[in-house]
Amino acid sequence: MIQLEHVTKTYPKASRPSLDNVSVSIEKGEFVFFIGPSGSGKSTIIKLLLHEITPNKGRVIVNNKDVTSMRSWKIPAFRRTIGCVFQDFRLLPNRTAYENVAFALEVIGKSKAVARRVVPEVLELVGLGGKEHRYPHELSGGEQQRVAVARAFVNRPLILLADEPTGNLDPDTSIEIMRLLDRINRTGTTVVMVTHDSNIVNQMRRRVIEIESGRIVRDQARGVYG
Amino acid sequence: MRLKYVLSEVMVGLWRNVTMTIAMIITMAVSLTMLGASGLMYLQVEAMKDAYYKDIEVSMFLDASVTDEQRAQLQTELESDPLVRKVKHETKEEAYERFKELFADSPDLVNAVQADKLPESFRINLVNPEQYQLIFDKYKDREGIDDIIDQRRLLEQIFNILGAIQNMALIAASVMAVAALLLVANTIQVAAYSKRREVAVMKLVGASNWFVQAPFVLEAVVAGLLGAIFGFGALVLGKIFLLDGSLRDLTDLLTPVRWGTVLLMLPFMATVGSVVSAITAWVTLRFYVRV
Repeated sequence: MIQLEHVTKTYPKASRPSLDNVSVSIEKGEFVFFIGPSGSGKSTIIKLLLHEITPNKGRVIVNNKDVTSMRSWKIPAFRRTIGCVFQDFRLLPNRTAYENVAFALEVIGKSKAVARRVVPEVLELVGLGGKEHRYPHELSGGEQQRVAVARAFVNRPLILLADEPTGNLDPDTSIEIMRLLDRINRTGTTVVMVTHDSNIVNQMRRRVIEIESGRIVRDQARGVYG
Repeated sequence: MRLKYVLSEVMVGLWRNVTMTIAMIITMAVSLTMLGASGLMYLQVEAMKDAYYKDIEVSMFLDASVTDEQRAQLQTELESDPLVRKVKHETKEEAYERFKELFADSPDLVNAVQADKLPESFRINLVNPEQYQLIFDKYKDREGIDDIIDQRRLLEQIFNILGAIQNMALIAASVMAVAALLLVANTIQVAAYSKRREVAVMKLVGASNWFVQAPFVLEAVVAGLLGAIFGFGALVLGKIFLLDGSLRDLTDLLTPVRWGTVLLMLPFMATVGSVVSAITAWVTLRFYVRV
């Protein structure tokens, strides 16, 4: 599903690489945590998988497609197969929960009729039934993140990337969001989550890949934060 | 749905930044007016050339003291000259008639000139109007000839003046165009900044590039088209109040500017306005904002 082959990424002006000769293979349906201290390079992985940046060396293969050599006009279609959730939610403040999710459908050319059918379903799935018409500022942090998860999942992506999705949430809310990601994972979606929330990692007992200074120092099938 | 979405985005975009939009449209309109005016001038000069060069003449004015022999000799020579297509002798009386006709508006002038004071001449049509110099060199030293004048030269002076005006209009158009394009670029940057959240989400969920960029580019195109329409309006007003108004006499003397020609400027200005705006917007998006 996802392969990094000897990937090195050095940002311009950086003294040392963010990722240094990293190789990882993630199978379909896996749930993987990338952990490590700030600046260890774990968020760089998400950016590589989204083709926001390209590696200096090595190959990134997602969904059997070599992202590294992908033509720029093919990137939009590629991103439709990936859902993405961030620490800061990235919702549009002037749109309701429903509209935020529908927007993601509309801009890839789905009709309003499709949105009317699919959006309430996915909002129900993330536990926001009845709150469709609230604006982000009328929702709690956890609820906002649920909207973001709904938006990421509405296209039924093969992969869900989550970049510190619980970073702005209190522990109880974090656990609810994790239950949600777990449920999405059980539908067959591969979930890749970057975090430094040790509680969550310890509770979930999933594959843990630890990165330090751009290198993988641990890859454990049912790991803890350590 | 998509079209409706894009169009509503365009209207919202133009309205959000309405002072900038107005500035953009005004500079665009002024620039396109200048461009339209110089285009009009170009077509006009071409039309005039066609109209005048066709029956352009070389006038060979004869001395007052020319003898009948010299005249007859010149006439036979000219008639058999391979450079000459047609030659016509104009007597003093005919010259006076023409003079009276030409200056019918100024009877004082006509009265002041006596019939026999105007020179007789040969009116020569050349096979190739460009070959004036050959005729001039061939006949300039002959007895009985006072002067040989190429009417083309006179017309060319007028065309040169028109050409200079046309060039000034073009320069003004390009200076204004630079200002207009900078405003377009700025408007696009502001628009992209105010929509950066939407754009980020669109890219994240995989909206196609054209879908992300189209509203911005169309915004510039709409402004360019509005500028062209206002610029065309200015040309129409110019035609009504200047060409058909205060400059009437001048335009009658030259060839009149027809409405058809003015109308031709609308598609020309609209195309230039919209294409140039679209390219500017696209380049701005590509190089100055990461959309």
